[in-house]
Amino acid sequence: MAAQNAIEIYGLTKRYGSLAAVDHITFTVGRGELFGLIGPDGAGKTTLFRLLATLLNPDEGTATVDGFDIVKQYREIRQRVGYMPGRFSLYPDLSVAENLDFFAALFGVSVKENYDLIAPIYRQIEPFRKRRAGKLSGGMKQKLALCCALIHRPSVLFLDEPTTGVDAVSRGEFWDMLFELKRKGISILVSTPYMDEACRCDRIALVNGGKVLGIDTPDGIVRRFDEPLYALSGNDMYGLLVEARRAKGVKECYPFGAVHHLVAGEDFAVGSLVDYLARQGFSDVSVCRVQAGIEDVFMKLMQHE
Amino acid sequence: MSGFLHFVKKETLHILRDRRTMLVVLLMPVVQILLFGFAISTEVNNINFFAVAPHRTEAVRQQIERMGANPYFTFKGYIDQSRIDEVLRSGRAAAVVVFAKDYDRLIEGVATGSLDEAAVQFVLDASNPNNAGTDLSYLQSTFYSAGSGSAAAMMPAVRVLYNPQMKSSYNFVPGIMGLIFILICAMMTSVSIVREKESGTMEVLLVSPVRPIWIISAKMIPYFLLSCMALVIILLLAHYVLGVPMSGSMAVLVGLSLLYLLLSLALGLFISTVAHTQVVAIIISGMLLMLPVIMLSGMLFPVENMPGILRLLSCIVPARWYIEAVRKLMIAGLSFPAVWQECCILFAMTVALVAVALKKFNDKLE
Repeated sequence: MAAQNAIEIYGLTKRYGSLAAVDHITFTVGRGELFGLIGPDGAGKTTLFRLLATLLNPDEGTATVDGFDIVKQYREIRQRVGYMPGRFSLYPDLSVAENLDFFAALFGVSVKENYDLIAPIYRQIEPFRKRRAGKLSGGMKQKLALCCALIHRPSVLFLDEPTTGVDAVSRGEFWDMLFELKRKGISILVSTPYMDEACRCDRIALVNGGKVLGIDTPDGIVRRFDEPLYALSGNDMYGLLVEARRAKGVKECYPFGAVHHLVAGEDFAVGSLVDYLARQGFSDVSVCRVQAGIEDVFMKLMQHE
Repeated sequence: MSGFLHFVKKETLHILRDRRTMLVVLLMPVVQILLFGFAISTEVNNINFFAVAPHRTEAVRQQIERMGANPYFTFKGYIDQSRIDEVLRSGRAAAVVVFAKDYDRLIEGVATGSLDEAAVQFVLDASNPNNAGTDLSYLQSTFYSAGSGSAAAMMPAVRVLYNPQMKSSYNFVPGIMGLIFILICAMMTSVSIVREKESGTMEVLLVSPVRPIWIISAKMIPYFLLSCMALVIILLLAHYVLGVPMSGSMAVLVGLSLLYLLLSLALGLFISTVAHTQVVAIIISGMLLMLPVIMLSGMLFPVENMPGILRLLSCIVPARWYIEAVRKLMIAGLSFPAVWQECCILFAMTVALVAVALKKFNDKLE
């Protein structure tokens, strides 16, 4: 049975006691698609990965990976997926090469026969092949973990927050590699808490509280934000946040990096806001119009929940 | 199959990289055997004694000379009656032998049967009752073996079989074996399996085509081999250093030990299915395995002397049966027919444990 989609999920639910970590999630990931799961810690991303990697059985709903059912045909799935859990899960006391050899043996392949697939990544850590994996830097650890997850040429790759705790340069390199893999026809489901990485996915699903808030291309998601958005900054950022929320015409105001983002309502005017804040003692306030990002959409969707 | 060997290799690397643990595992049997064999023993050696003899007759001198020649006794000198308390209190002696004034006449009378009055008095320091008891029996035996005629005839002729010198090291060797194998096989395997769970590598292992039970079996093999090395070390040390006779069937002893190793591995696997962190695994193996092995297996305290409940409890401690059987094989020099019961019990325990552990072992995360 040649399934059309790499991953199909229908109403998948997993409960821990009364709490639903994954709550009736439904979506599909096409073949060769780079699909991102975006959401804060505790959104249920890891549980979803474990369900799809057949480590957990769902309480409700069904899902297939590469056309195989995650409950009944879990052995088939385990043959053809690569899984990289959220935390570093290689052997710190084994060297880089020993780790790779072990994972190749685990899947009954040799490093040589699939070297071409991992070569672009492995070449970067090969100079350290004799070094213990525990002594690698964060970025190199993740590259090694990716190599280990790829060594058996999986058709679907599950990456649970692969770039958390990795520096910005290494993160960029890591995503370049994912692009390379995608081009080779591997379907990838990746989760990340970083919104800038979300933009590099084909499609993304915003998840929170075990539910999917929205699924679209990154552009499509951003386009959903149809209200004017302003960036607000000043000296006393906390006081500004509190006061701006009280101001007339302000729908929402929330911290966004070094500034506050402000969602404008109907009777909003920049001038009157600045006047109002000046009356409250905030003299050096700057307000400027900005383009909404994925995070803004996220905040908006969370408000609707 | 080549995959399986790879797993064994990986596990061996883990052990080799962890030098401290490996050193402990290999040194522990040596240290324990030597410690229990020489330093710690329940035998009484070197009993210092003084003598009180109002008349140092030829018979008295002979008796004291005989005792002094015995390696268990050291004669410290003659003292006056009034100083008995003082030497015992100061700990300079464990016993004082008091000869009667008319010692010669009295032993003569006892020998001919015309008198039955005591010719000698033993004064002992019984602050450690165990030692005092042993001292007393030693003293008595030297006197009676020296005596002639009816006094000697009255003493029952005691022959202690299998361990004629009642060396405690003989007793400890089986106990140490029972302890060390549990430690290496059960504790270390369970910890190494749980480590994979704790570090998250188990997640990756599970999401692979290999059946997890193969990975687990591969983890056990190096520990099994390590235990075999420990077994060889213990047997060699016991025989050549401590002089344990090993008069029974060697094949049965080794076979029984291998069975016990398997049982310990099954215990380790079982613990690993229950524990989720290494600390818990260590606590479980420490509390649930080590303590009963030390207290209830008959290693230190005879099972026969335990209260009913503990005796019953000791029946489910595998080490009890193993230690009992090893004693029979190693010290009493018996062969398979004498230990078939213990073998059957250990075998049944192994089968049951493997079954339970496999049933509990899950190839999912829950």
